[in-house]
Amino acid sequence: MSTAAATAGERTGRAKPATMAQALGRALRDAMAADPSVHVLGEDVGTLGGVFRVTDGLAKEFGDDRCTDTPLAEAGILGAAVGMAMYGLRPVVEMQFDAFAYPAFEQLISHVAKMRNRTAGAMPLPITVRVPYGGGIGGVEHHSDSSEAYYMATPGLHVVTPATVDDAYGLLRESIASDDPVVFLEPKRLYWSKADWSPDAPAQVEPIGRAVVRRTGRSATLITYGPSLPVCLEAAEAATAEGWDLEVVDLRSLVPFDDETVAASVRRTGRAVVVHESSGFGGPGGEIAARVTERCFHHLEAPVLRVAGFDIPYPPPMQERHHLPGVDRVLDAVARLQWEADS
Amino acid sequence: MTVQELPGAAAYRPTPPPAWKPLTDPAPLLPDPEPYRVLGTDAAADADPELLLRLYAELVRGRRYNVQATALTKQGRLAVYPSSTGQEACEIAAAMVLEERDWLFPSYRDTLAAVARGLDPVEALTLLRGDRHTGYDPREHRIAPLCTPLATQLPHAVGLAHAARLKGDDVVALAMVGDGGTSEGDFHEALNFAAVWRAPVVFLVQNNGFAISVPLAKQTAAPSLAHKAVGYGMPGRLVDGNDAAAVHQVLGEAVARARRGEGPTLIEAVTYRMDAHTNADDATRYRGDAEVEAWREHDPIRLLERELTGRGLLDEEGIATVRETAERMAESLREQMNADPVLDPMDLFAHVYEERTGQLREQAEMLRGELAAEHDPPLEENGVEGRR
Repeated sequence: MSTAAATAGERTGRAKPATMAQALGRALRDAMAADPSVHVLGEDVGTLGGVFRVTDGLAKEFGDDRCTDTPLAEAGILGAAVGMAMYGLRPVVEMQFDAFAYPAFEQLISHVAKMRNRTAGAMPLPITVRVPYGGGIGGVEHHSDSSEAYYMATPGLHVVTPATVDDAYGLLRESIASDDPVVFLEPKRLYWSKADWSPDAPAQVEPIGRAVVRRTGRSATLITYGPSLPVCLEAAEAATAEGWDLEVVDLRSLVPFDDETVAASVRRTGRAVVVHESSGFGGPGGEIAARVTERCFHHLEAPVLRVAGFDIPYPPPMQERHHLPGVDRVLDAVARLQWEADS
Repeated sequence: MTVQELPGAAAYRPTPPPAWKPLTDPAPLLPDPEPYRVLGTDAAADADPELLLRLYAELVRGRRYNVQATALTKQGRLAVYPSSTGQEACEIAAAMVLEERDWLFPSYRDTLAAVARGLDPVEALTLLRGDRHTGYDPREHRIAPLCTPLATQLPHAVGLAHAARLKGDDVVALAMVGDGGTSEGDFHEALNFAAVWRAPVVFLVQNNGFAISVPLAKQTAAPSLAHKAVGYGMPGRLVDGNDAAAVHQVLGEAVARARRGEGPTLIEAVTYRMDAHTNADDATRYRGDAEVEAWREHDPIRLLERELTGRGLLDEEGIATVRETAERMAESLREQMNADPVLDPMDLFAHVYEERTGQLREQAEMLRGELAAEHDPPLEENGVEGRR
């Protein structure tokens, strides 16, 4: 992260409690200060500072030309970003909510993902598309989708999602610095999660494409990312009472996928559960389970299990707690890993 | 009992609403009801003879290119070619207005515009031959890749023009789209963004009468496609798309306006697609010979030729020279297109990401193995009888 921490100011260097939303905002600010070609655009990102306040203060500090309130049109926002990137800028686009990104899918899939390829490398597009995603915040319809499988299925896109305050900062800086387009999925319900964090000295940040082991263990691996990481860490603590010593792998990046870290963990533990809140059928868990099985078949003591959201449209907020995989559902899956005894 | 008769109603005085005024006066934005024409009118006297002669030579060359490329599809050398025969004036006059630093955003039918801008005739056809998606470097020529999805290149033009202006460069983007493309959401979003941002963009709609088989009347209920401009707050202009001098003039004014920082313009060029949509289409199913013949009378090359010969600027000899130059271009194109392109299958993985992901490295190795197996010495040479 040599590009980080470029500006002086009110920094103390001391770690203070910061939210993920603040860390994301700080990453945007530092990226803009370090590189004049970085431009932020989207609906409400300017004067309002974004509906989640992630872009708060950017328009004031850098001007409307660098942090731009656009007309309300996602295809137009992303399409304009394509042209801006073609002229040498580094646009960071905000899609206000997950399901609001769907009108921009054609731009994303037909142009953003493919421009490098169709121009034989002559025209890479360094675009970061920030998408707040997932549920658990009591949002009404169209405000809680987990769309990662759609993005993962599109070659040419990087798909990244932080689960910690450090990663929110570090991964966003990495994404903006990348010459490839990145879909940066922000877990909405972790926006207000806090950590002791110093903008001067962000913790060691692994580059895009590496998973990290958040908790080591010997008896099974929980493979997860984004909003489900805290659920898995809590489940791992609870499982100790049952004698389970669970390892928790935070993927951080869905594309590229870190086969090595995941396979090494599963080979150590011999058992794996994939946990995410998007629907299971056709979801990321199927791909991950297949990859793990291909690489670790002879090490596995049980089938790779999935704990996912139901295969239903995202439910109304008063019902969402039944849909979202919680600690109990993860623990139930862990119990089912005692395959030999049961079968 | 009416409202006024209700007890106490007399005391009600409505609060005047907050003041309202239109953001823009619509009148100057409205297009003239008739497409603008130069050739065959008094305005032709003001046209620069040298420009007209250049336009003529380019039109003849463009027509020959269309005919040659269509022939190449019949010989299987091109997968497909969407001919712009009949539309050469829009393609060429528009491209000729641009300065070198400007950008062109073509649709899939706008090969001629790219060639008129100086792109190598073979490089312009690689997409349609099927060897590469884009056979040229867009930055080098300032021509975006020929765009197959409809109207999605228009917001790109807006973003690029906007970025150029932010950087202080007086670059104009010309974005081309067909009549069918005006129904797409991206058309609307691009025009809206361009107007709000006052981006230096010129939108050129080539209204050639049909979106594959669907006629304009089933595409829009607007008075004209140029009329759509007023809803966005930009001027709309109608021009005879078969009149190269008129297209050049109207486009030139719009480009100059954009360069002065006065914002975008929407231009509808009324023209006609003489050939089918592509070689895969049967145009006789949706239009009659009489209609096509009427447009043949209004052919862009014929219009310009009449003007030039009538004014003594062109004679039989001059026409023959122009045709000969076009013929040589066609010959060279034919020759080069008859050579099979040499392709490296490993290129499939070369430009997906800046660095290959682990998954792509594995897949590239797999393909490399398959290719090596294909080129292994035949089994006979290894002492094995016959090939299985």
